[in-house]
Amino acid sequence: MSNFWNIWIIVPTLLVIFGCVFILIACSKNNTGIDEGKSMGHSFDGIEELNNPLPKWWSYMFYVTIVFGLIYLALYPGLGSYKGLFGWTSSNQSVVSNEDSKAAVEAAKAEDRLSQYDREVAKADAKYKPIFAAYLATPLEELVKDKEALKVGGRLFLQNCSQCHGSDARGSIGFPNLADGNWLYGGELADIKKSIMDGRNGMMPPKGGLPIDDSELKGLTEYVVKLSGREHDAALAAQGQGSYMKGCFACHGMDGSGNKFMGAPNLTDGAWLYGSHRDDIEASIKNGRTGMMPAWKEILGEEKVHVISAYVYSLSNK
Amino acid sequence: MMNHSQSTGADYNYTIVRQFALTTILWGIVGMAVGVLIAAQLIWPQLNFETPWLTYSRLRPLHTNAVIFAFGTSALFATSYYIVQRTCQTKLFAPKLAAFTFWGWQAIIVSAAITLPMGFTSGKEYAELEWPIDIAITVVWVCYAIVFFGTIIKRTTSHIYVANWFFGAFIITVAVLHIVNSMAVPVSLFKSYSMYSGAVDAMVQWWYGHNAVGFLLTAGFLGMMYYFVPKQAGRPVYSYRLSIVHFWALIALYIWAGPHHLHYTALPDWTQSLGMVMSLILFAPSWGGMINGIMTLSGAWHKLRTDPVLRFLVVSLSFYGMSTFEGPMMAIKTVNALSHYTDWTVGHVHSGALGWVAMVSIGSLYHLIPVLFGHGRMYSTNLVNVHFWLATIGTVLYIVAMWISGVMQGLMWRAVNSDGTLTYSFVESLEASYPFYFVRFIGGLFFLAGMFIMAYNVMRTVKAPKDSLPELTEA
Repeated sequence: MSNFWNIWIIVPTLLVIFGCVFILIACSKNNTGIDEGKSMGHSFDGIEELNNPLPKWWSYMFYVTIVFGLIYLALYPGLGSYKGLFGWTSSNQSVVSNEDSKAAVEAAKAEDRLSQYDREVAKADAKYKPIFAAYLATPLEELVKDKEALKVGGRLFLQNCSQCHGSDARGSIGFPNLADGNWLYGGELADIKKSIMDGRNGMMPPKGGLPIDDSELKGLTEYVVKLSGREHDAALAAQGQGSYMKGCFACHGMDGSGNKFMGAPNLTDGAWLYGSHRDDIEASIKNGRTGMMPAWKEILGEEKVHVISAYVYSLSNK
Repeated sequence: MMNHSQSTGADYNYTIVRQFALTTILWGIVGMAVGVLIAAQLIWPQLNFETPWLTYSRLRPLHTNAVIFAFGTSALFATSYYIVQRTCQTKLFAPKLAAFTFWGWQAIIVSAAITLPMGFTSGKEYAELEWPIDIAITVVWVCYAIVFFGTIIKRTTSHIYVANWFFGAFIITVAVLHIVNSMAVPVSLFKSYSMYSGAVDAMVQWWYGHNAVGFLLTAGFLGMMYYFVPKQAGRPVYSYRLSIVHFWALIALYIWAGPHHLHYTALPDWTQSLGMVMSLILFAPSWGGMINGIMTLSGAWHKLRTDPVLRFLVVSLSFYGMSTFEGPMMAIKTVNALSHYTDWTVGHVHSGALGWVAMVSIGSLYHLIPVLFGHGRMYSTNLVNVHFWLATIGTVLYIVAMWISGVMQGLMWRAVNSDGTLTYSFVESLEASYPFYFVRFIGGLFFLAGMFIMAYNVMRTVKAPKDSLPELTEA
């Protein structure tokens, strides 16, 4: 903070506070030339004003808050760039990246002047890290049998995952249902953990990036409906099969069963991430779809992801 | 003696006061009805009927704008135009300009009532209106200032009465706040982007937001209080010196208090500290107004037994004292860590908005309406009394419900299990809040019912034949 801004903050702050003290002292004495309790002598539309003294208890209360304020400003940051006697900060306010932040925490630790946030994180880590370290040391195959761990995972899920996947993990349009046993990227414990740790980027380009004409969309849609085993118009689906063979099979497979290595949906299992209606399917083909699951490794840490993975697995493997 | 307001005989401009007084009641009913509807939507979400312009997100800004700028500000226009004339013993300056402020302000209210449900918003709380309306507000407000200060300049009294200090501070500061906060870059007729970004934008927004509370909803209504309380009680103002200290301290401190809305955010630490310290020191100056109002009743306490209008005014001062104690307390960072983002804040706002702003306005209007329409009293004093109890019970139900649900939410959100995970999900705290949402809805319904009774009583008073409503003489 430059000197100008320092003065700009400090001078008006102190002027206002000491201005309050000044006017309070000035009005505590009777300088009006009129006896206390008598009328000031002016009348406005019949309203007169008495020259009563300030209530004592009220003046004391005013002084107490002012003294408290000044002590607070001596102890904590407030007066421009003055840091306060406690050297307290809420967080590392000048960092702009994750790396900056880590470096700042290390430097602060060395000088024993951690910000309040970092102190609270350190305290929480000291208390809870061992619990989660023990979970992490347990293989997922064991962890899914630990009722207590699943409860912990369920709570973590409610606080971090339910916003998209729903409190019951049954998802919604665009957000996968995690309880139905259908998996875009595989349903093994390791697959689930990888999805949560690193996130997933699902992307289907418009018309799969293939030379498909808009006039073919109805037929192709009908063929996809046929693949899922629903009632369909056979003639239209046969037309659509030709379009499918232009390249859709590359990702979705010849039989439409998908490809979990690239997250290409299985078209035969009756699970529809973006809706099962013909209009929805046609829109998916025509405009493509983009899905993004963020990576939780940095946000929650592997220990918590480990426990959540066990919980998510348990939803469809009772 | 001093109740004979109409006997001074000077030729005042009452037309504009009458217009604003009646629209205050109309907009009060509209704004509060929308409030009751959105309170109901929080319990029964299907009440938006799947209609975009009936959704909570669009009606909530309509509710806040309607009660603050249509109801509250119309009440301030009415009372300030009335008080400045009577306490300066002169007719209103520039009557044509004054008439323009009435029609201009009504046009702004109507355009807000149309554009907000349509979804046009600048996204700034309590300043949602888009830039063309913002410019119109500025024009009308400058005219208001010219009329008000013009009248002060041509006064025939030697001093300026304390009520006019507060109105003057309110008019000047609201102009500054509105212009600075609304600075934006228009991209089309109905869309603009704030000139500020990030933490600066947030700070400007809450500097404006908290001073809309401080200068419009506090200073302005203190001006109202300083006239109608001594007038209705027939007693002199308690302490001239107290009014000097608390006026200057109040306006000097309030302008700093905004950052307490942004505790524990990206706002720099020093800004948060200053906001908290100034908010705390603001406690005593705020109470100065309450003390001066309530002590003005000394020697007239017995009037509370028979006069429901005075009851409205005194109870409004009690709510004012309560919420201006609560405010500085909630500005303390440790308390704020619990109260922020919960219903406690909503309760605090309404103890000020219903208990103080609405009740002091209603009391003042009950004093004003008979004077404006040439009667000695309201059509029915009993109905004023019924309104008083509906308003008081409604306010208490509302704020107690929000206190309980607010503290409960704060405690649920911070509850931690032995493994460090949060005990409750957000949805669980929402479910636990439903009973209190229902009590809040009932409280709002009580308050709204009182407004309908007022509208009926005012209509009968306005239509009453001349000399049919003589002033009640004390036994």
